Amino acid sequence: MLALDPAFLAVQALSGLSSASSLFITACGLTIVFGVTRIVNFAHGSLYMIGAYTAATLVPRLLELSFGPVTFWAGILASAIVVGLIGVIIEVLLLRRIYGAPELFQLLATFGVVLVVQDLVVQVFGPQDILGPRAPGLRAPVEILGRRFPSYELVLIAAGPIVLGLVWLLLRKTRFGVLVRAATQDRDMVASLGVNQALLFTGTLFLGAFLAGLGGALQIPRVSAHAGMDLSIIAEAFVVTVVGGMGSVPGAFLAALIIGQLQAFGILVFPKSTLVVVFLLMAVVLAIRPHGFFGRAEIVGGTHAVGIASRALLPRRHFILLVVIAILAGIPLVADAYLLKVATEILIFALFAFSLQLLIGVGGVVSFGHAAFFGLGAYGAALAVKWYGVSMEAALPLGLALAALGAGLVGAFVVRLSGIYLAMMTLAAAQILYAVAFQWVEVTGGDNGIVGVWPAPWASGPIPYYLLTAALTVVTVLLLKRIIDAPFGYALRAARDSEARAEAIGLSVRQHRWLAFIIAGAAAGLAGGIYAFSRGSVDPSLLGISTSVDALTMLLLGGIQTVIGPLVGAAALHALRDWIMPITSLWRLFLGLSIIAMVLIFPRGLVGTIRDWWGARA
Amino acid sequence: MATTSTIRWLALGAALALGAPAAQAQQAPIKIGELNSYAQWAAFTVPYRNGWQMALDEINAKGGVLGRKIEIVSRDDGATTGSATRVADELVSREGVSLLFGSFLSNVGVAMADYANQKKIVYIAAEPLTDAVTMAQGNRYTFRVRPNNFMQVGMLVDQAKASGAKRWAIVAPNYEYGQSAAAVFKRLIQERVPGAQIVTEQYPALGKIEAGATASAIEQAKPDGIFNVLFGPDLTQFVREGNTRGLFEDATVLSLLTGEPEWLLPLKDEVPEGWTVTGYPWDEVKEPKHKAFIDAYRAKYNDTPRLGSLLGYMVMTMIRDSIERAGSTDTDAIIKALEDAKFDTVIGPVTMRGIDNQSTMGAWVGKLVLKGAAGGMTDWTYKDGASFMPTEAEVKAVRKD
Repeated sequence: MLALDPAFLAVQALSGLSSASSLFITACGLTIVFGVTRIVNFAHGSLYMIGAYTAATLVPRLLELSFGPVTFWAGILASAIVVGLIGVIIEVLLLRRIYGAPELFQLLATFGVVLVVQDLVVQVFGPQDILGPRAPGLRAPVEILGRRFPSYELVLIAAGPIVLGLVWLLLRKTRFGVLVRAATQDRDMVASLGVNQALLFTGTLFLGAFLAGLGGALQIPRVSAHAGMDLSIIAEAFVVTVVGGMGSVPGAFLAALIIGQLQAFGILVFPKSTLVVVFLLMAVVLAIRPHGFFGRAEIVGGTHAVGIASRALLPRRHFILLVVIAILAGIPLVADAYLLKVATEILIFALFAFSLQLLIGVGGVVSFGHAAFFGLGAYGAALAVKWYGVSMEAALPLGLALAALGAGLVGAFVVRLSGIYLAMMTLAAAQILYAVAFQWVEVTGGDNGIVGVWPAPWASGPIPYYLLTAALTVVTVLLLKRIIDAPFGYALRAARDSEARAEAIGLSVRQHRWLAFIIAGAAAGLAGGIYAFSRGSVDPSLLGISTSVDALTMLLLGGIQTVIGPLVGAAALHALRDWIMPITSLWRLFLGLSIIAMVLIFPRGLVGTIRDWWGARA
Repeated sequence: MATTSTIRWLALGAALALGAPAAQAQQAPIKIGELNSYAQWAAFTVPYRNGWQMALDEINAKGGVLGRKIEIVSRDDGATTGSATRVADELVSREGVSLLFGSFLSNVGVAMADYANQKKIVYIAAEPLTDAVTMAQGNRYTFRVRPNNFMQVGMLVDQAKASGAKRWAIVAPNYEYGQSAAAVFKRLIQERVPGAQIVTEQYPALGKIEAGATASAIEQAKPDGIFNVLFGPDLTQFVREGNTRGLFEDATVLSLLTGEPEWLLPLKDEVPEGWTVTGYPWDEVKEPKHKAFIDAYRAKYNDTPRLGSLLGYMVMTMIRDSIERAGSTDTDAIIKALEDAKFDTVIGPVTMRGIDNQSTMGAWVGKLVLKGAAGGMTDWTYKDGASFMPTEAEVKAVRKD
């Protein structure tokens, strides 16, 4: 019925074009920055948000001066320039120091910037959402086939191709553009030819940030500036750049057009699954073309992978293990109910982070969406309780099985990829699951989540539940440790350090990685299931980006090159969070700065640093 | 001799040892836990915090309750179900609070009700409006002050009868509150307005509306009445797109909460005039007691009150009254003091109905109008909640306890 009305279709297609345009302007900046610096800048969405906030605050003041409509556009441009300068600051202070770092560290460092900006924006612009003024002269709608359509949207539709044209001119007709293209082709060669790299990179960041700010500023007449725009735009901008091929501007334009129309018409066919459609597109494109429409293969050197080294086993390891188990068992004797709760959570996160270590530290598979399996485990257990009324004893294995199944499915696609595309694919998988949990309201409860997931009577109460968690965690961690030390673990390490050599000696790299993915997913799923019962509820945030980043931060804090690093990291991070969160509302600022500091000055983490210090002394 | 004196000394020591903590306990404040979405939903919750803080200051200036001061331990609930119950657990097991109140989103309210039931602690849901908190998911530990969806939608549907609109569109955020309000509306409009039908339903994700697409999908269905449950940033964008496309020009619009200053002020001069809404026309309140509260609030914070300010103030005073009547902070005693209790609040008498733990606080119903540079309400009346509550039979049919 809806599909037969041509006027409606036309208006819907125009809406799609205008969101495509806005998306392209932002994503174009991201892809240029990636092309030159090879850094996937998570903070790009934050720059977009700053652009929107700045314009929504600045433009009304300019309009009060009553110089006519030109002030509106001058304000938009000024906001974009401000954001461009912020981009320069970020480049000089942070990015410049991590161009050579492993991509995991780059992703985490820029995510640290995201956290810092989230708190700073609220401090600077206040907690309220700000709706900007309408563009002067564009208040009235235009009639299209008898329907009213906002005239500002027409301006946005034009803005995309204009930006594309200007960027094309800049890249083709200026010396700066030639250098940017050369650096996108071969960064080292450009450096060898004596080009001032610092200036080139700073200029690129200015351009990228300027485009992000412009994209944000142009939104103010239609969307109110609010905290949270950063993550929603960055997810879509990632999809656009990955689908188009990282570093390709025309690719980004094409991808934005497709996504814009997909969203506009997707809302008619699947009114409640708009979020899934976008990420599904990315998964399909990556499955068929592993480097997007116009992307090219990355050269990944063995030096880029970081992970645990092979070391001699500690002489008194059995004794140390017994002491640790004794301490864990003894905690209920001294701790009160609340401390036990914190200890339970630390054990759960330790298991979660440790399962990720199998993938990253051992397998070299940098997963940026490990929350997918934590969440699957939690949802699997909660759904089993809600729909089938099973007991906790049955629900935990069911959650684990669901997570393993999900990991098997996702892993089958992921192991075909490498480097940044692999990280983006895992992120897409987690976002698809997040969207399913969020929008499949009938089954998952959507935003409401599922409540009433309480443990069986024998395990309820802080002490029994703590002991259960401790037992499950210790057993699983020991099993994983056994896998890491087995030939299977060594094969994974070989593939991580040199894929070509590993294949040459007859190892099936993809199959090994796929198995590792399933094992890690299952362990994360177990952690998720235990977590669901400790809280009594599940909600989509368990599958969100911040849960994945939590696990990565624990890994990094503990030390990515050590086996027990993630366990120590989980304890340190969670204890810190529990201590600091009630005191201050600036937790994200603190966490973000800590992540950045760790990447810059402390990349070996707690355990790694202590061991180096110990080794140097001995 | 020596024995007597030793015994005397021991007795004195024992008296000191036992007496000192007892004397201290008299002075130790009563700890109450509060949690709300201060970061995510600041527009409502910050004025709400101002409200309870003002009441708290007044109560403690008069010496507190039961001879003890009241101390509020306030936390951000993170606006998700998992985060809120985790924070609640911290308040209960580490801070040792006697009862909990707060939370904003309805899904968080339902999770908190479940938590209260599991941990057997009183939870006063100040704001969450979904019926579930006092109906299907209700329990003896959970109380609510504001009129729930059933009551507020009931007030609006009564206004819809006169308009003659029959083809209704629904637009609501896709989570507990929006789903609950839409379900009640569908039921009541068909019961009370003969011949009414629902021609389209739009459920954008909370905080993620595609306003242009949503407005044009509603336009496509050609409704003569629109029932809106959107609030916050979603509402602002929807109103702007709807105004541009002339969506509201020939339609009767019923809208929950839009007359509350927290959601009305961000619309600035784009207020959709003529919408029938529930809200808070504080600027036209005449009753002396209520007026005194508004004046005191404005003097203290140098800001105009929101509905959240009033609610925060009312909840705090009701908690004080309950603890005083209970004579202790024991959970069962407080529940007894709350059930079927009458409270003398700044807006008049309010009763906490015992059968579903829902208070009879009402709402202001009127039409939106532009007053100067911002919106306000006109033609409004205060509807007492008591006449809009679900019947006792309805409550008994759905409650599990």
